[in-house]
Amino acid sequence: MNTSVATHDAEALVPVHVTVNGAPYGASVPARRLLSDFLRHDLRLTGTHVGCEHGVCGACTILLDGEPVRSCLMFAVQAVGHEVTTVEGCGTIESMGPVQQAFTECHGLQCGFCTPGFITTITAFLKENPAPTQDEAREAISGNLCRCTGYQNIVKSVLRAAEIAGEQAGKTR
Amino acid sequence: MTTVDDRPSAEIGNRRLRKEDQRLITGRTKWTDNITLPGMVHLAMVRSPFAHARITSIDTSAAKEAANVIAVYTAADFPDGMGACANAWPITPEQVTPDHLPMVGERVACAGEIVAVVVARTAAQARDAAELVDVDYDVLPAVLDGLEAMKDEVLAHPDKGTNKSAFWKLDSAEAGTGGNVEEAIAAAREDGIVIKREYRQQRLIPAFMEPRSTVVDPTGEQVTMWTATQIPHILRFLIAATTGMPESKIRVIAPDVGGGFGGKLQTTPEEFITLAVARRLGKPAKYTETRSESLVSAHHGRDQYQKLTLSATKDGTVTGLKVELVANLGAYVAIVGGGVPVLGAWMFNAIYKFPAYQFNCQTVLTNTAWVDAYRGAGRPEATFGIERIMDELAAEVGVDPLAIREKNWIKHEEFPFTSVAGMTYDSGNYEAATARAKELFGYDELRAEQAARRESGDPVQLGIGVSTFTEMCGLAPSRVLGSLSYGAGGWESASIRMLPTGKVEVITGTSPHGQGHETAWSQIVADRLGVPFEDVEVLHGDTQVAYKGLDTYGSRSLVVGGEAVVRAADKVIEKAKAFAAHLLEANADDLEFSGGRFGVKGTDQGIGITDIALATFASHNYPEGLEPGIDADATFDPDDFSFPHGTHLCAMEVDTETGQTRMRKYVCVDDIGNVINPLIVEGQVHGGLVQGIAQALWEEAVYDENGTLVTGSFVDYTLPTAADTISFVTENTTSPSTTNTLGTKGVGEAGTIASTPAVVNSIVDALRPLGIHDIVMPCTPERVWKAIQSAGSHDGETTTEAQPHFDEAAPNNADPGSTGEGNAQ
Repeated sequence: MNTSVATHDAEALVPVHVTVNGAPYGASVPARRLLSDFLRHDLRLTGTHVGCEHGVCGACTILLDGEPVRSCLMFAVQAVGHEVTTVEGCGTIESMGPVQQAFTECHGLQCGFCTPGFITTITAFLKENPAPTQDEAREAISGNLCRCTGYQNIVKSVLRAAEIAGEQAGKTR
Repeated sequence: MTTVDDRPSAEIGNRRLRKEDQRLITGRTKWTDNITLPGMVHLAMVRSPFAHARITSIDTSAAKEAANVIAVYTAADFPDGMGACANAWPITPEQVTPDHLPMVGERVACAGEIVAVVVARTAAQARDAAELVDVDYDVLPAVLDGLEAMKDEVLAHPDKGTNKSAFWKLDSAEAGTGGNVEEAIAAAREDGIVIKREYRQQRLIPAFMEPRSTVVDPTGEQVTMWTATQIPHILRFLIAATTGMPESKIRVIAPDVGGGFGGKLQTTPEEFITLAVARRLGKPAKYTETRSESLVSAHHGRDQYQKLTLSATKDGTVTGLKVELVANLGAYVAIVGGGVPVLGAWMFNAIYKFPAYQFNCQTVLTNTAWVDAYRGAGRPEATFGIERIMDELAAEVGVDPLAIREKNWIKHEEFPFTSVAGMTYDSGNYEAATARAKELFGYDELRAEQAARRESGDPVQLGIGVSTFTEMCGLAPSRVLGSLSYGAGGWESASIRMLPTGKVEVITGTSPHGQGHETAWSQIVADRLGVPFEDVEVLHGDTQVAYKGLDTYGSRSLVVGGEAVVRAADKVIEKAKAFAAHLLEANADDLEFSGGRFGVKGTDQGIGITDIALATFASHNYPEGLEPGIDADATFDPDDFSFPHGTHLCAMEVDTETGQTRMRKYVCVDDIGNVINPLIVEGQVHGGLVQGIAQALWEEAVYDENGTLVTGSFVDYTLPTAADTISFVTENTTSPSTTNTLGTKGVGEAGTIASTPAVVNSIVDALRPLGIHDIVMPCTPERVWKAIQSAGSHDGETTTEAQPHFDEAAPNNADPGSTGEGNAQ
C-alpha cells in the first residue's frame, strides 16, 4: 500500500498554461490529463460537464480559439497556447450572453446538464451564421445530445439568440 | 373549457421563466461530481465482464502496489456486508427475490456486477489500478431472454430453482369489477371478433445525461452523502435499514441532478460501496461512473412480452380483454422492479369500457442488468399494447381508428368512471381533446392525401397513427400502496417558513432533477400567500433541510407534493389570522385574507402577512395562549390517483423502397388538469414525446448471446438528436382533477406514454395495404424494409388472423437488423 505523498509523482507532470475565458491559468498535470478534467478538476471550472467521455454527447464542448471542440477528446497539453472559452466565459448571471438569455426565455433547458455544451456550440455557430433558418438551427445542434427537452425549445433558443445578438449589435453600432 | 383563465390568481397559469435557469446556464452548478473535499479519495469499480459466473479467486496484490492506490477491497473485506439494494415492493408474498448485495464475492449474476473496488488518490489512478485486479471466473450458462427464462432450463440463480419471480393477476370477475373474460372471448368466437396479438416491449436504457456520482463525507457527527438520485429520502431510509447505521446519523443530499427519468429511482451498489469505503477509511470518497458503466449497470427499463386477446361484437364494441405478460426483471428484483409491470394492470383497459378484463403478469429473473422504472413505468407498456390492438380492431371492422376508439371510450358525462380494473377516473373529456387534435392535425386532409398516395401507388406512402391514452398519476394513496404490499406510503410533505424579512422558504419533500419545481412551487405559494414570486425560495433534496419526503417519480410531485405546499400555506394563513386579529384589535371572523393582506371587512384597516411574520419574530405583542410564529408543516396523502389523458396523432411518410421513415407532423392535445406553468408543461411534453418516439424508432438495449451489452456506448445506444426529430404541435384541454385542490393531474410521463404507439401505428397504417400489421420496435429502416419485402404482395388485402407466437429460439432483443417474428404475412 502506498501511503507516502511523494508517490504522487509516480506520473511525470507537465506544466500546462492556457488562457481560459481571457484569464491565464497554469497547472502541472500528467500528460494524459484530458482537457475536460483539467478544466473541471485542476482549474475548478466546473461549468463544463462530462456526459460520455467518448465524444458523442457534446456536453463537454468548449471553444478553442472560437471553434467548438469536445474537451473530452483532447489532452490538456494540446490546449497550450490556445484561447479556451467555457460556459463561464459566455456570460454571467448578472450579464448573460445572448445564447444564455435565449435559453432562459425559450425554456431551452430542463436539468441543465447538457446545456453548457449547447451554449458554446451555438455561440460559435451564430458567429458563422448570424441569421439561421429553423432547419439550419436544428442542424447546428445535431451534434449535441439532450435527454430532457426534445430539442424543440433549443431550436427556438438558437433563433431567439440570433435575434438578441442582432439587437445588441444594432445598439452598439 | 379552461378554468385557469377564470381564476383571480396572478401567478398560476403564467408562463414564468424558470428560477433554476440562471445558475444552470452560467456554469454555477452543484453536480455531485463537482464536489471536492479535503483528503478525498477516488473509487473505481471492478466489474464482471461475464453475465453469469462463479468467482474462483480475486488477486488484488498488483493493484495494491500501483501508484497512489490506498486500498483495494473485495466483498471478503466486509464480512458484515455493506448494506443491500432492497426490493421495496414484493408483488406477492411468495415472490422469489435473490439477495442483491452491493458487491458479490462468490457468483456474479449479470455483466457489470461489482466484484472489487479500488481506492486511489485520483480517479485516473483508481481506474488504472482496477485493470490490475485479477479475477478468475468459472463461466456459468446464462439466461438472457424473458421467454427463455420461463422454461427454467438455464437458471439465472441456480440456488433459487426457478427463474420465475412472481405471478400477479387481476380478474374483473373475481374482483367484482366486471364480467368473466373467458366467457366474453368464447361468445365472440361464436358471433363476434377475437383478435390475438403479441407485442414486444424492447429493453431500453433511461440514459440521463448526468452520469451517476456519489460523494460520501464520513467526518463530522453525521455521515453526509451527496448523490445523483431522485430519491434522497428513500435512500437514507434504506441505508439505515440495510446497514444498521442509525437513520439520524445519515444525511443524504441530492444536489443538482442531471435528469433521471426513473433511472435514478434506485438505491445503487455504487452508493453503498462508496459509503462503506468512506467509513472504513474515515476519509471523504467519491465515485463517478463512466458512460459505459452507466449503460451497463444503471437499471434498464421496459422489456416485456405481451400477449393480448381482445373480444368484440361484429360492430366493434369491445367485450373483453385478456392480457398475459412476461416481464424480464434482469438479475435482481430492483427497488420497484417487480411492481412496474404490475402498474399495467390498471392501464391496459385504458380509456375504454371493457365489460370483462383479466391481467396476468409473470415476472422472471435473467442474467441481465436489473430492470426498473423508466419514464412512464408500466403505463407506456400497457398503452402501447392496447393502442396497437385497438388499431387492429379498427382494421378488422373496417372503420377509422378514431371511430373505433370513440365507439368504446368513456363519454365525458360518464365521469367519474369506475373502470373494469377497479380504478375511479376522476375527470376527462376525450371528445374535446380528440376534436382539437384532429383540427390541429388536419386529419381529414391527411387522410385524403393518404388515399391519393395509395391510389397512385406512390413509393412513399403516408401513415396516420393514433394514440389515445390515460395514465394514473400522483403516486399514491398510502392505503392503496399498503394493499399492494408496497413498502412505503405515497404521501408528501411541505413546510413553509415565514422569515422576518418578508421572504418565504418552502421546503418540499419532492426532489426535482430538471422539472422546475422551484419555479412552479413558487408560483403556487406566491398566489396562495400573496407574496412576490421572487420572494419565495424553494428548498429540497437535503434530508437535513427537507427532513420528510418521498421524492420524485411517477408524475407525483405536483399532484401530491404541490398539494402539500397548498395545505402548508393554508395553515400559515390560518395561524396568521389570530395574530392579525390581535394586532388589528379586530374579531378574527371579521377578517378576510386576500392578496397577502388581512383586511377588516368594511374598513380600510389591514395588515400584511409578511408584517405579521416580522411581528411574530419580535414577539413583543402577540395573543395570550399562542406560540410566536406562523410557520407551518403539512403532509398530504391523496385519496385517489388523478387520470390525465390525451389524443396524439402522428403522420409518417414511409418509403416502401428503402424502409426509411420520415415524420411529417405530430400533434398532441393532453388534458392534464389545471396547468401551473404552461412553459414547463410544454417542455415536459416535448421531452416525453421524443423519448417515446425514440422507443418506436431507434432505441434498444441489445445483449449478445453471451450476455454482453453490445449497446454499451452512446455510439451504439442511439439517443435521438435534433436532426432526427421535428417540432411538435402541443396543446391542452382542461378537465380539472377532483383529487386535489389545485386540479392538477401530472404531466411528466404523458408524452412518453402516448407517443410510442402513435408512431408505430402510423408506420403500420402506411403499410397495412401490404398485409403488414406489426413491426417490432425499434422500427429501424432495415426492419421496415424487411417487413415490406417479406410481405411480398401489394394487393391491398388486410390480414386479420392472429399473429404467430414469438419464435422461442430468438435471443433476447432480436438484433436490430431482424424484423423479429410475427411481423407480416
